[in-house]
Amino acid sequence: MQNKNLFDYVLRLADTSLIYGQRLSEWCGHGPVLEEDIAMSNTALDYLGQATNLFKYASELEGNIRDEDQIAFVRDLSEYHNLLIVEIPNGDYAVTIARHFLFSQFYFLFLEQLQNSKNEFLSGFAQKSIKEVTYHLEHSGNWVKRMGDGTEESHNRIQKAINQLWEYTGEFFDMDELDKNMLEVGIAVDNAALQSEWKSRIVEVLEEATLLLPADGWHHSGSKSGKHTEHFGFILVEMQYLQRTFPGAKW
Amino acid sequence: MLSQDQIWELMHEVEDPEIPVLSVVDLGIIRDVKVADDKVEIVITPTYSGCPAMKTIEEDIEEILKENNINSYKITTVLSPPWTTDWMSEEGKLKLHNCGIAPPRGSSADKGSLMGIARNIICPQCGSDDTVMISQFGSTACKALYKCDMCLEPFDYFKCL
Repeated sequence: MQNKNLFDYVLRLADTSLIYGQRLSEWCGHGPVLEEDIAMSNTALDYLGQATNLFKYASELEGNIRDEDQIAFVRDLSEYHNLLIVEIPNGDYAVTIARHFLFSQFYFLFLEQLQNSKNEFLSGFAQKSIKEVTYHLEHSGNWVKRMGDGTEESHNRIQKAINQLWEYTGEFFDMDELDKNMLEVGIAVDNAALQSEWKSRIVEVLEEATLLLPADGWHHSGSKSGKHTEHFGFILVEMQYLQRTFPGAKW
Repeated sequence: MLSQDQIWELMHEVEDPEIPVLSVVDLGIIRDVKVADDKVEIVITPTYSGCPAMKTIEEDIEEILKENNINSYKITTVLSPPWTTDWMSEEGKLKLHNCGIAPPRGSSADKGSLMGIARNIICPQCGSDDTVMISQFGSTACKALYKCDMCLEPFDYFKCL
C-alpha cells in the first residue's frame, strides 16, 4: 500500500471513535434520566458517524480491498489502536461523565490542531467533527459541575471517577515513531504539546465543581502497539458478533 | 437531458426524511450540481457526522434522477467546508417555525443559547420568548429540547452548528 503510515494514523483515530461510540451506545435505553439517555445516544451517533468517515477514507487509502465495515468490524484484538480510556466500562453516570469530560477536552484541542493538517481529508474531517465535540465538551463540563457542586453523594462519585480515570489520560499526549513521522510531514498533531493547555482547562472546570485535581504519576498505554485492557475482548465479542456470524451481511 | 437549473429544481423536491417540510436545498445539503457531457454530479455535505437520514437522502436523490431519465450520475459527499446552519435558507427557517420546530437562532458562531446564556428562543406554538432549555439533545442529533413557560408545551429547537 502506498501510504501505510497515513493508513495507520487514520486507523488510530477511527478506532477511538468506533470503540467510544460502541461504549456510549450501551447507555441507550439505560440512561439515568430520559434526557441523558438521549444525550448519550446522540453522542454515540456522532462518534459512529465520525468513525464511518474515517473508515471510508482508510478503505480508499487501501485501494478499497476492504470496505469500511470490514475494516471496522473484522479485525483481531491486537489490530485495534484506540485510546485505552474509551474501553473502560461505563460504570455509573459519574464515571461516564468524568471520562466524557476528560476525553472531550483533549479531543477538542486535538481537532483544533488537526484542522491545520496538510492532509486535505483530515483537515476537513477535523473542521466538521470539532463542531460536534464542542457540544460534547459543553454537555460533559456542565455535568461535572452539577455533580461536583451537587450533593455529597454526587461529589464523592465524580471525584472517585476522576481519580480512577486519571491514569488513562496520560496516553492522550504520548508520541511514538508514527506520530513523530507524521508530524514531520505536517499531517499529524503534536499530542505532547497539548498537555499543558488541556490541564489548565480541566483545572478550571474542576475548581468550579469544587473537585480536586489528582496527582500525576504512571499512566496506562499500549494502544499504539495493539495492547488493550482486560475489558476490550468483551467489547469485540458484542461488536463483531453480527459481522462474524453473517460475513458480508447487508441491510 | 435536463439543464443544470432544471436539476436544481428537482433537488427542491427531495424532502428531508425527518422534517419533510424542508427540502435538501433549504437545508444547504446540496452544495453543487454539475452537468458535463450528459453526466450529472450532485455534490452533498452531511449535516451531522452520524446523521442517519443521509443514506435515505442519497437514495431519494438517486430515485428522482432516475425518474427523470438521468441514469449517468454521481453523488459526491464532501466534508469540507463543513455544513453549518448558516446555510439554511430564511424560507427553510420559516417552514421550521410553522411546523412547530424553533429554527436556529443567530449564526453558527453564536452558540450562546446552548451555553447557558439566555437567548430567548421563541416558542413556535404560542410565540412567547419565555422559554427554557431542558436538554442540549433532542429527538435527533440536530435538535435540542425546550419548554415554553407560557403555554407549558415542549418543543424542539434546531441547534446552531
